Amino acid sequence: MTKNISRRDFLKRLGIGTSIAGLTLAGCKNAEKAISVSPDEKEGEMTYRINPKTGDKVSILGYGCMRWPTKPVEDGKEGEEEIDQEMVNRLVDTAIENGVNYFDTSPVYCQGKSEKVTGIALSRHPRDSYYIATKLSNFNPATQSLEASIAMYENSKKELQTDYIDYMLLHAVGGGGIENLNQRFIDNGVLDFLIKERDAGRIKNLGFSYHGDIEVFDHLLSKHDEYKWDFVQIQLNYMDWKPSAEEEPLSTNANYLYRELEKRGIPAVIMEPLLGGRLSKVPDNIANRLKQRNPEESVASWAFRFAGTHPDILTVLSGMTYMEHLQDNIHTYSPLHPLNEEELVFLQETADLMRQFPTIPCNDCKYCMPCPYGIDIPAIFVHYNKCINEDNVPTTSQSPKYAEARRAFLVGYDRSVPKLRQASHCIGCRQCISHCPQEIDIPTQLHRIDEYIDKLKQQTI
Amino acid sequence: MEISQKTESRNNSSKVHKQRLLKIFRRLLACISIVMITPLFLDFSGTWQTLFGWMAKIQFLPAVLSVNFLVIIGLVILTLLFGRLYCSVICPLGIMQDGFAWFGKQVKKNRYSYSKALNILRYTFLGIMIIAIIAGLNSMVALLAPYSAYGRIVSSLLKPVWIWGNNLLASWAEQHNSYAFYQVEYWYHGMGVLIVAVITLIALAFLAWRNGRTYCNTVCPVGTVLGFFSRFSLFRIVIDKSKCVDCKLCSRNCKAACIDIPNHEIDYSRCVSCFDCIGKCNKGALTFKYVGLKSDKGVSNAESIDGSRRQFISTAAIMGVTSAVSAAEKFGDGGLAVIEDKKIPKRNTRIAPPGAVSLRNLNNHCTACQLCVSACPNGVLRPITDLEHFMQPESSYENGYCRPECTRCSDVCPTGAIRPLDTADKSSIQIGHAVWVKANCVPLTDGVECGNCARHCPTGAITMVEYENGLKIPVVNTERCIGCGACENLCPARPYSAIYVEGHENHRII
Repeated sequence: MTKNISRRDFLKRLGIGTSIAGLTLAGCKNAEKAISVSPDEKEGEMTYRINPKTGDKVSILGYGCMRWPTKPVEDGKEGEEEIDQEMVNRLVDTAIENGVNYFDTSPVYCQGKSEKVTGIALSRHPRDSYYIATKLSNFNPATQSLEASIAMYENSKKELQTDYIDYMLLHAVGGGGIENLNQRFIDNGVLDFLIKERDAGRIKNLGFSYHGDIEVFDHLLSKHDEYKWDFVQIQLNYMDWKPSAEEEPLSTNANYLYRELEKRGIPAVIMEPLLGGRLSKVPDNIANRLKQRNPEESVASWAFRFAGTHPDILTVLSGMTYMEHLQDNIHTYSPLHPLNEEELVFLQETADLMRQFPTIPCNDCKYCMPCPYGIDIPAIFVHYNKCINEDNVPTTSQSPKYAEARRAFLVGYDRSVPKLRQASHCIGCRQCISHCPQEIDIPTQLHRIDEYIDKLKQQTI
Repeated sequence: MEISQKTESRNNSSKVHKQRLLKIFRRLLACISIVMITPLFLDFSGTWQTLFGWMAKIQFLPAVLSVNFLVIIGLVILTLLFGRLYCSVICPLGIMQDGFAWFGKQVKKNRYSYSKALNILRYTFLGIMIIAIIAGLNSMVALLAPYSAYGRIVSSLLKPVWIWGNNLLASWAEQHNSYAFYQVEYWYHGMGVLIVAVITLIALAFLAWRNGRTYCNTVCPVGTVLGFFSRFSLFRIVIDKSKCVDCKLCSRNCKAACIDIPNHEIDYSRCVSCFDCIGKCNKGALTFKYVGLKSDKGVSNAESIDGSRRQFISTAAIMGVTSAVSAAEKFGDGGLAVIEDKKIPKRNTRIAPPGAVSLRNLNNHCTACQLCVSACPNGVLRPITDLEHFMQPESSYENGYCRPECTRCSDVCPTGAIRPLDTADKSSIQIGHAVWVKANCVPLTDGVECGNCARHCPTGAITMVEYENGLKIPVVNTERCIGCGACENLCPARPYSAIYVEGHENHRII
């Protein structure tokens, strides 16, 4: 572990020393020298990163609490699900036992149930053995007054059974531009309130999570002297990391976002390291490529190692629903073996290959939901992506496994999405677009998929 | 002398043995036949209908209604040759009754007895049938037709069970990541057909259990017509008076009640060629053999029929309606909006599926067998509930719409009520036209962009045009509209769509 910290320090010095952006590869080359990875190294301890302000020792694996496991409601209606508290407790216990100490939730996760469930699981452990991150999720205009926002913040503490929040975030700023930011946090005095709370010690670290309009990100960082951001949560993964920090669009260029934070010495918390699972559920040829290179490690481990390789990252969040995912991630990060230069090149090539597959960049985050017309948007995209990855999206009836693929696509579609919630019912009202952190043109994609399905049904392809 | 007697008895016994094979052969054919025909009403994938759809088309009444001379002549010839073999091996309702009768015989052996033919009743029902067909009173035809009665029983009582079984398999397949089976929604087609099917089943089961073929020989118009021909059949069962010991074992096992032992006569108009009697006779006195052109001995009438006990049973329907999803939270990610069920709009003219040609053609040919309703994979066809067209099919689009690639109803219809067509024909037949309802249209009520009707119109008959505040509304070119219902089904307005289809009396090609 000391080895890791020294490596981090080393990288840090190197990172600060190089003011020119885009030198990650060089940095990692040195990292490879600093750490020798022997293939038969035994499972060690979790890698930790130090928060430069508070000195918090934060596990590189952070627990995202937006995808808790569910189970059917006892005596409930068919299809009715509730969060499986018992399983959540077991997951949290396993995480803590294995050194995970950062838990990230929000008042809106799991349809508003996440904080309570997370609070129940965490309260069974000493309060100083973990850090809680939650957010001010005042998306709904009804919750955007100062009073309502404060009520939301106070309620978070109540649900989480704590009187202080370790990491508090302005939730998902960027969508809706500066105007939306002002409306939610500036004009109503919510940000000032949160800063006061930080001064009072009830918030240990204040930051924001960012998706969307790059103007908002730049604006908030330009005010760093005033707001003194303790951390910023960004989306980073090998698909979103462009070779150059200047490559447009900046809003989804993790290289740019990371460099901007690095410049100011603001630690980054990483979300979507797996792109909502899309970097673990990859097309077969991609999976084979990654497995061939590292047969004993999971496909997902590449994405986690990529995220962790960057030195100014405090923690990498993963929304782990299943024990197997948790264990795999613990394994990947105990300790973290940063990617070497060659591996980074290999991963960039993999990303280029993956871009050739026309999957839809949906992370199944469900921010678009509920669709007022009842469409199950993420379920449709998840099914479509699954079929793309399994090569079940025939483009011609001449393809050798046409009948089989057609059946898998159509039968699977009806299984994944009830008929009334399928793409054919999307009217194109466009109300969902502004909610999508990945900036997917949802109606256009739904109409495209629907057209494709109709052709499949009519066997005109 | 002794030796020659022995040879004779050996010859006799081998003859008897051969004659007994007839019954086994009849049973085998009947089993094959019912196994082929029943899945026509159950299979929702359309495979069985493609393979064995002809089984419905060789049924007598459907052949008459579709004016299929080939089949009619074939069946008449069959009857003139071997008697009412049709009733024993082709008619599914007859085979089903034999099933119940078999159980009845297990409970009580030798339970039947000879009775005289109820010719007045038989010809009255036949007369009613002929008048009903000519007058177009098809609800009457539908009630009396044996094949249709069977279709209703299977499609309303057996199909829900079949689908339930399939869905069990489908969920098993889903767990094993297999696409071999898929979930199918069962939706309830209304009380009318269900009640009729239940009553028919109970009445027939009761009659068959106690008396064998009572329905076939007193009510069934097809039985009466074929009975007329079977009196002249070339091959018949005959009684060898010299061997008969008047034990009445044959008569007491004759489900058609047609063997008159005191007079050693058989009423061939009622005999369904089941060959049960041949096996029962210990003396080998009954044989099925060529007799040539002899008329039968007329049998006089009288005697009362069993009053059929009628029970009205209302059965709770198994509904495959997916449960409503709980309301979405006030704020927060995820959740699904509640979707209200669509209601059927009031249509001035009902909609008949493509291939029906006209409402009149449908009415004149349909026997309400429910085969098309069973075959429809899109939840469009359902039986009509009003008395005039009772149980005939009509289209409605609240569950789905008439998909361009599907021609299943026209493929399966055995009576010519829905005539065969291919997908190209289908997409050019206008069965109705779409009507816009301003009060429900989402751009006007919710102030959002829509156009889902125009996007899904297979003939491009709907165009979105500027209306108020830059929002667009659909306009329908009724000349291009075929009435498929895609617009009505996919319209977001609920419970009543903002665009619905009005049926046409006569279908036309556009």
